[in-house]
Amino acid sequence: MAQPMVKAVQVHKSFGRVKVLNGVDLEVAPREVLCIVGPSGSGKSTFLRCINHLEKIDAGQLFVDGELVGYARRGGKMHELGERAVAEQRKNIGMVFQRFNLFPHMTALENVMEAPVRVRGESRATAREHAVKLLDQVGLSARRDMYPAQLSGGQQQRVAIARALAMRPKLMLFDEPTSALDPELVGEVLDVMRSLAEDGMTMVVVTHEMGFAREVGDAVVFMDGGVVVESGHPRDVLVNPRHARTAAFLSKVL
Amino acid sequence: MTQAAESVESMPTVRRRQPGRWVAAAVVCVLLAMLVNTFVTNERFQWDVVFDWFTSDRILAGLGRTIQLTVISMLIGIVLGLVLAVMRLSDNPLLSGVAWAYIWLFRGTPVFVQLLFWGFISALYPRLSLGVPFGPEFTSFSANELISPFVAAILGLGLNEAAYMAEIARAGILSVDRGQAEAAQALGMTRGLALRRIVLPQAMRVIVPPTGNQAIGMLKTTSLVAVLAYPELLYSAQLIYSANYQTIPLLITASLWYLLITSVLSVGQFFVERHFARGSVISAGATDRRGSLRRLAARLPGRRP
Ligand SMILES: Nc1ncnc2c1ncn2[C@@H]1O[C@H](COP(=O)(O)OP(=O)(O)OP(=O)(O)O)[C@@H](O)[C@H]1O
Ligand SMILES: [Mg+2]
Repeated sequence: MAQPMVKAVQVHKSFGRVKVLNGVDLEVAPREVLCIVGPSGSGKSTFLRCINHLEKIDAGQLFVDGELVGYARRGGKMHELGERAVAEQRKNIGMVFQRFNLFPHMTALENVMEAPVRVRGESRATAREHAVKLLDQVGLSARRDMYPAQLSGGQQQRVAIARALAMRPKLMLFDEPTSALDPELVGEVLDVMRSLAEDGMTMVVVTHEMGFAREVGDAVVFMDGGVVVESGHPRDVLVNPRHARTAAFLSKVL
Repeated sequence: MTQAAESVESMPTVRRRQPGRWVAAAVVCVLLAMLVNTFVTNERFQWDVVFDWFTSDRILAGLGRTIQLTVISMLIGIVLGLVLAVMRLSDNPLLSGVAWAYIWLFRGTPVFVQLLFWGFISALYPRLSLGVPFGPEFTSFSANELISPFVAAILGLGLNEAAYMAEIARAGILSVDRGQAEAAQALGMTRGLALRRIVLPQAMRVIVPPTGNQAIGMLKTTSLVAVLAYPELLYSAQLIYSANYQTIPLLITASLWYLLITSVLSVGQFFVERHFARGSVISAGATDRRGSLRRLAARLPGRRP
């Protein structure tokens, strides 16, 4: 097998005295779509945020494309990386948030162009050309000059996806990208994610959309209590779970 | 029933009568008339003297110094205040402690006293020198020469202002959703870049209105600089009336100038606020009420398309 895009080895994380991650192990192959499901408070968002070092892990190791995230190994110790080195790693990892987090003082187009221009140092013309293409890809070419406040939730989330893609990431993280949306707007966002998966993007998706996980996911992990309880092909995990906890969770959400 | 239904569309509405408003308006009119009357008939106002001096060289020179003091002190206050606000919000306990102590000291003592301290700094440090701490000295200056009344005024006003601006800027930065900085960092921005490009432009909406207030306050606080014998607007007026005894007219002259500049600052604040409202729901639509000002602004140079 090729080198995994994401590899987590015994990842631990606490907030003060609250242990949130108790040794998470998982792997995501390149071009694979991994869906993470689990009850509220099980540490799904926290784990996702560890992958791009928005949260520091306390113990264990996390690799993205073979590279240790947030730390460098030197002389048998893990040394925390400086801010710039961490920022450098994050360039390759796109993230989409539950609450969109678009920049409200910029138009859709400016949102998408911002990081390529300021972080990658692309020329405005190049960045603009790419941004126009991406907004077209998510079906928003007509709204590129609108501000986030003038867009619906579904449109905002699609701009957010385009914004993350503009950095040409090799991995995309989604944290419940449709949970803040009205039911009739969920479909348009899932469609964009589906076509992204078809194009071969490696994706880690925390979601409550079991239908999406079953259809688009190549693998599903069920997390509870800060550990991976069960993982495997969506058909197995979501249809014939082996663990009682998984079955109990699924009976509640399906 | 049918009759009511058919005539609803054509029925005019009658506004409620508000007799209280008419009474209040009448009272206000009478009071205004009395005020205007006394302005005009009380000869001790000496409006001719007021307007003789209004554009005199000495008053205008004082006005220029007042504006200069206001602008420079506010600039120092805003820049240093931003730095202090960022320090105060830093995870580094030393940085945030230093910022806290600065604010505690400069907000906790009267600006008048601070001005006096800077004015008398040479009593404390007769010579100021540049060199390696506890090591050799490169040059040194006499404090009296270096800290002129103007410099003392700028230091006193600017450093005091920074303490207030720090709290205003901190409130502004805290008003921006944490998700904004996170989204910026997730895109590979460093904290500094995220602050400059993403957080501060949004914080400005909260920072600008109280800063306008501070600028107007500063314009008037510069009059305290008279204590350093620096001839800004008020002290210039005082110098003139101590010679010609036209005390009241000259105080009115100065007051009219303060009022005029305050008004100009308020208009400036409007435009700055509108600039930073970019993308908010108000600027995105529903601006009819401000339509005329928008059109005025559209003709001003330097606007983004
Ligand atoms: N910054 C933080 N400080 C303290 N506790 C936190 C913090 N972030 C998360 N937690 C706690 O960690 C636990 C796991 O949170 P997390 O957001 O990862 O759960 P989740 O699986 O994403 O849940 P949900 O489905 O509700 O989003 C929760 O108990 C939460 O209260
Ligand atoms: Mg979550």
